[in-house]
Amino acid sequence: MADHLLEVRNLSVDFHTASGVVHAVRNISYHLDRGETLAILGESGSGKSVSSSAIMNLIDMPPGKITSGEILLDGKDLFKMNAEQRREVNGRRIAMIFQDPLSHLNPVYTVGWQMREALKTHGISSTQAQNEALRLFKRVALPDPERALDKYPHEFSGGQRQRVMIAMALALKPDLLIADEPTTALDVTVQAEVLALLKELQRETGMGVLIITHDLGVVSEVADRVVVMEKGQLVESGTVREVYHNPQHAYTKKLISAAPGKGEMHEPEASGDAILSVKDARKFYGGFEALKGVSFDLKAGETVAVVGESGSGKSTLARILLRLEEADGGTAKWKGKDLFTMSPGDLFKLRRDLQMVFQDPTQSLNPRMTVYQLISEAWVIHPEILPKAKWRERVAELLGQVGLSAEHMGRYPHQFSGGQRQRIAIARALALEPQLIVCDEAVSALDVSVQAQVITLLDKLRKEMGIAFIFIAHDLPLVRDFADYVMVMQKGEVVEFGTVAQVFDNPQKPYTQALLAASLDPDPDVQAANRNARLATAS
Amino acid sequence: MLRFIRKRALASLISLIGLLVMVFFLSRLTGDPASLFLPVEASAEMKAEFRALHGLDQPLLVQFGQYVGNVVTGDLGESLRKARPALDVVLEAFTWTLWLAVITMTLVTVCAIVVGSLAAFRTGGFFDRFSSMLSLIGASVPDFWLAIVAIVIFAIQLSWLPTSGTGTLTHWILPICVLFVRPFGIIVQVVRGSMISALSSAYVKTARAKGVKSGPIIFVHALRNAMLPVITVIGDQAASLLNGAVVIETIFGFPGVGKLMIDSILQRDFNVVLAAILVTAFAIFLMNLVIDLAYALLDPRIRY
Repeated sequence: MADHLLEVRNLSVDFHTASGVVHAVRNISYHLDRGETLAILGESGSGKSVSSSAIMNLIDMPPGKITSGEILLDGKDLFKMNAEQRREVNGRRIAMIFQDPLSHLNPVYTVGWQMREALKTHGISSTQAQNEALRLFKRVALPDPERALDKYPHEFSGGQRQRVMIAMALALKPDLLIADEPTTALDVTVQAEVLALLKELQRETGMGVLIITHDLGVVSEVADRVVVMEKGQLVESGTVREVYHNPQHAYTKKLISAAPGKGEMHEPEASGDAILSVKDARKFYGGFEALKGVSFDLKAGETVAVVGESGSGKSTLARILLRLEEADGGTAKWKGKDLFTMSPGDLFKLRRDLQMVFQDPTQSLNPRMTVYQLISEAWVIHPEILPKAKWRERVAELLGQVGLSAEHMGRYPHQFSGGQRQRIAIARALALEPQLIVCDEAVSALDVSVQAQVITLLDKLRKEMGIAFIFIAHDLPLVRDFADYVMVMQKGEVVEFGTVAQVFDNPQKPYTQALLAASLDPDPDVQAANRNARLATAS
Repeated sequence: MLRFIRKRALASLISLIGLLVMVFFLSRLTGDPASLFLPVEASAEMKAEFRALHGLDQPLLVQFGQYVGNVVTGDLGESLRKARPALDVVLEAFTWTLWLAVITMTLVTVCAIVVGSLAAFRTGGFFDRFSSMLSLIGASVPDFWLAIVAIVIFAIQLSWLPTSGTGTLTHWILPICVLFVRPFGIIVQVVRGSMISALSSAYVKTARAKGVKSGPIIFVHALRNAMLPVITVIGDQAASLLNGAVVIETIFGFPGVGKLMIDSILQRDFNVVLAAILVTAFAIFLMNLVIDLAYALLDPRIRY
């Protein structure tokens, strides 16, 4: 029997931490052949990236330790190689691209320098490296490739940076490309382009691709086979179609059912007057117009989702509505008073009604405050809400509402998981009994299953307490499940506004259509049909 | 870029003027040069004559006005003691200090970067623990004590090196070695901390995935990124050396600007004190400008 290109056998990796030994992966085995794409699917903490780090020799030892197993590349065990042989494999035989190309490119060297380094490290002459770098930049379709070589990473957009990473990884025509969440940080349309480029390059070179992701959509778009990981163990493997349509393991079933975008769509049911009415909101940053006149209304208990790609102005809109930044034009009537021109005194009272939940709960919760302090701080600032004697009782109640318990009160944020932290942030927002909560990508950083829980929680609060939401997101399926209205933004302008059903089932504007087309469906058959339709329109 | 330099120059000029005002008046509070310069038995007339000769009998404000007028035309006055232009006296001493500072800081920078980087590469290893201990001692040992001990051992007991003064190259060894210790200790710690975070960064992971060797990963990929905080501290340490390592220069009888300043203050040689302060302040301004430009050179994201 011929050797597989890559075979991982019984791999176990431990990490020795201050709080004991963590078994990051336990006895996992998988294989990959040339021309094939294998996806490793898992949520944070599942150990999905550990095996690829072991393949690339990127695990720091200590604290890491490989306790069992072997990794065979064309039948040769990587663990039996010496350091120099191992280094030669990296870049030449196996290359890797990462989630966040901005931090994975060295900020102080030009991308051309970094490209040439990849080539020269493996013995290619300077002039040849220069020509090769240029050829690769052209191949990954970077605009103006000659000049691009002399630019620094920060001078590119996110998608372009990932193209640079891909060009660099493919420089030496590796047999195996490992892609660790390669499109997670990118906008949907850019994600579609990058995945298409990867597929194309794979067809050209016949390399094997190992893609690590948490996103079922990415799996269904690019992978042939998939292995599912949970808590360091491999729980299921098979072809993408098999696994999606006939999952065997309970965890896989849970993961597939948690994928957003399949539920009933909301029909707006709120009635009465608008509590917030935004007219022609504008914002400039120097000469750059970030918001070019945005208008919409919002009723109590209603959710408006603001969707758009990076640079569309959706976060700017949130910041001016909360007066974290000053608007440069327009009005925003909150119960008849203009938010944008309100006096500081009125604004202080208003802060109670308007709350915000941020994207990253790790950064938005002060790490040195306990959960009790974090939540009750609101009443220190607004003492009229609640007498001090009742604070403990109310904090416990709020924690109960967001699915945590009273005994969590004395703990610090770092003792919680990402999803729990976001619940704490929501409980903190609820402490002021707000009427409107602005969620800026509030669930983007969370795992799919946790995302579903948080969305369910928000929906419950909306129904029970009549809270209105402005839900800023780039993830369309999520918006489809949660929102009443969708506002599609592009370059500071509202492109399309309508109910969820209108926008998702019958998008009018080409940009909305492109966004929806680029959004990946977890069902491989649906995704294949979408892809074919896209190719048909393209040709 | 030019606009940035102009802006910085203007800001420095303002602080320079403030410094000048403060030092001018404060130094004149310290006493009367006439009673120090003339013999104890000098008569009141002789003292008055001395004051009139040097303009010290004028009201302070008038003296200050004259002084500023002269400074603008580049005349920093005469040294009372040496009967030579104060600026010449200061520049002569400053050259000594400058050399001492440049040699010491070059050695410190090179050694601290190498030691700190290697310590960071194998955090917790033997070399890391050894160099951490060494640098901690270096950063905390009092330099005057070290200077005296060094003289006792190397100059008196072993007779390898001269105790003090200048003249041969061997005269430089002890002052440089003693001055080396503290900035070395401090900068090693900064380099180590900064390099640990640079080496654990994502771009280093990319470099390892490309198959780049350890040497270039440490000294090409990580080091340039780690240099920004290091440069700030290097500048800070260099400034304190340029100010004249007063204690060390005095102990080793080294004719630098620090020693000159102390001597001139004791002798109420006001013009020399003021000239010394102006010259060192100007040198420190230049150095800070170089540091700002070095930032931009090292990190393409910084543009002025």
